Amino acid sequence: MRSAFPGPFRSIAITVVPEAARLDEAGWTEVEAIIGRALDARPPVVRRQLGMLIRMIGLLALLRYGRRFASLDAARRTALLTRLQDARLLLLRRGVWGLRTLIFMGYYARPAAAAEIGYRADPRGWEARQ
Amino acid sequence: MTEFSYDIVIIGSGAGGGTVAAALSDMVRDGVRILVVEQGPRLADHEFTGREIEMADALYEDGGGFLTADGTMTLAFGRVYGGSTVVYTGTSLIAPERVIRAWDVPGLDHADIERRSRRYMEQNNVHYLDASEINENNRLFVEGCERAGYRAEQFPVNVKGCRGSSLCNLGCPNAAKQGTNRVQLPHAERNGVEVVTRAEALRVEDRAVVVRVHEKPAGAKGAPSEWAPGEYRISAGIVVVAAGAIGSPALLLRSRRDGGSAAAGLRAARLPRLGQGLTVHPAHILVAEHGRAITNDVGHPKSYYMDRAAEEGYVLETCMYFPFTTAKNLTGFGEPHSRLMRAFPRLQMILVLAIDRALPWNRVTVDARGKPVVHYTLDDVVIERLVRGTRASARIFFAAGALRVHAPSAEPQLIERDEAERLDERIHPRHFWPGKVSVSAAHLMGGCAMGRNAEDSVTDAWGRVHGVPWLYVADASLFPDALEINPYLTVMALADRVAEAVRRDAPAHLARARDQAGAGTTGSVRV
Repeated sequence: MRSAFPGPFRSIAITVVPEAARLDEAGWTEVEAIIGRALDARPPVVRRQLGMLIRMIGLLALLRYGRRFASLDAARRTALLTRLQDARLLLLRRGVWGLRTLIFMGYYARPAAAAEIGYRADPRGWEARQ
Repeated sequence: MTEFSYDIVIIGSGAGGGTVAAALSDMVRDGVRILVVEQGPRLADHEFTGREIEMADALYEDGGGFLTADGTMTLAFGRVYGGSTVVYTGTSLIAPERVIRAWDVPGLDHADIERRSRRYMEQNNVHYLDASEINENNRLFVEGCERAGYRAEQFPVNVKGCRGSSLCNLGCPNAAKQGTNRVQLPHAERNGVEVVTRAEALRVEDRAVVVRVHEKPAGAKGAPSEWAPGEYRISAGIVVVAAGAIGSPALLLRSRRDGGSAAAGLRAARLPRLGQGLTVHPAHILVAEHGRAITNDVGHPKSYYMDRAAEEGYVLETCMYFPFTTAKNLTGFGEPHSRLMRAFPRLQMILVLAIDRALPWNRVTVDARGKPVVHYTLDDVVIERLVRGTRASARIFFAAGALRVHAPSAEPQLIERDEAERLDERIHPRHFWPGKVSVSAAHLMGGCAMGRNAEDSVTDAWGRVHGVPWLYVADASLFPDALEINPYLTVMALADRVAEAVRRDAPAHLARARDQAGAGTTGSVRV
């Protein structure tokens, strides 16, 4: 099944949250649906900017390493995103911040991810721990 | 457009609007018609599930991630029946005497703020939690402070029947937190004040408010609006704006720009300070990893604080956030980030709040569509204060036994225990890159500041807008500068003062409004 986001999105997501590599198709659908809903609640320009940033990351991978982002090893993917995160240009830094934030939202807002990291908050509070 | 008429319209139902509504509600007995206009929905108790994204979307503007214009900080503020009092942790401190003195607003003194604050502490069941209700995340903070030579203080909180869900910031799932949605608004409604939810105030006109009532979106939480969807023009003898430090200046700016001849009086007023002087207490969430699991995601999350505002320009507070919020606030990504997330049961958290000063260029404006735009620069003073607070937090974490600390203004961010002697070197402003480091704020203040006259402020000490006698402001936008502590109790105290002024001024305003409208038109009359 195709991703709802441009080409390198899932490879970027796995670079941001390595555990995402273990997601099955249903898991990816859930992650992308959460991100999609967040984007739907914002002006359309935000989705366009996100798409441009993802495509730019794909292009940078080609320019720097001569390979698609998805074909790079984990170290090179991380290095590329880190360079952008540490860029002198605020626009690039906040772009990466926004992209990683959306990926964190998609991944960690799922109940399965919360359980995986041991988050156990329960509306019943102390009673639920007894 | 449907036309209604009321005597008093209050825009917003949070700590400001909810308090004004309750304080004036006995006037309904004398035939005064009062309406509260709230942009957000009214949720039923069972709809508070504690699920992170679901609740954030239902209760906050932009899901709690409202971005400043340069994209370097997110702002969290409520948009729901009860406003931000639904989503705070209930921490209830009286304004420091030195801060109110420094505000230097003629006619506003600390004794008055304190007296009114104490009344609301009583009304909203503010008290200290018993030691048996304090979790390890908080206890470690106290122990760490003691060992590191700092003084931790306990927060009084406004809860009743707290079960320790730890989910305060997602709206209490047990109806324990005593916000205006639980105390002031129900009281006001019992007395006959009307509340219309899902009602967006488009603009204020002269002695009137134009609102758009929205349909309940499919699948959304909350009840449908009390009114049919559509636009309404509500005439009123008195208008009280309490839409928060972002919403109130934005509404007044939009009204002056777009109001045309219907807002001639409001537009004629000289208000050069409108929107300026926003302060937000920019904040970092810091985490540390312990060698064993601690109780962190159970129990009240914010029970203690350490106040260094006067000496060093920061305040530390205990906190505990949810998976996505935690992930977002850690700097970086990849395996080091994931390792910390997987350590969730062993994480201790501290919130560092920097004390910022009211500066004219930190301000609210509106875009072409009339939406608020927040201009805020994380300047060197704020960054230095965040760094100082981060260093102090790291000392506290390590003194409490943490193995490692994640500091956003360190490179690399993870500081191991054997580096504890090098904190000043490891945590440094040179590593603080706006746009890379997550900074968030929930104490939004200023924009309609109180003061002497239009040259230095927007309102007088009673929230009356300069040059517009029928228009009042009653929320945190009144603050002329940062409060340096959690603001909601002071918002309630100031709103109580505004209500007193409204009550005092009402006979003249309402008589004039009735004269202008003609006999017998006061009340909710559809035209």
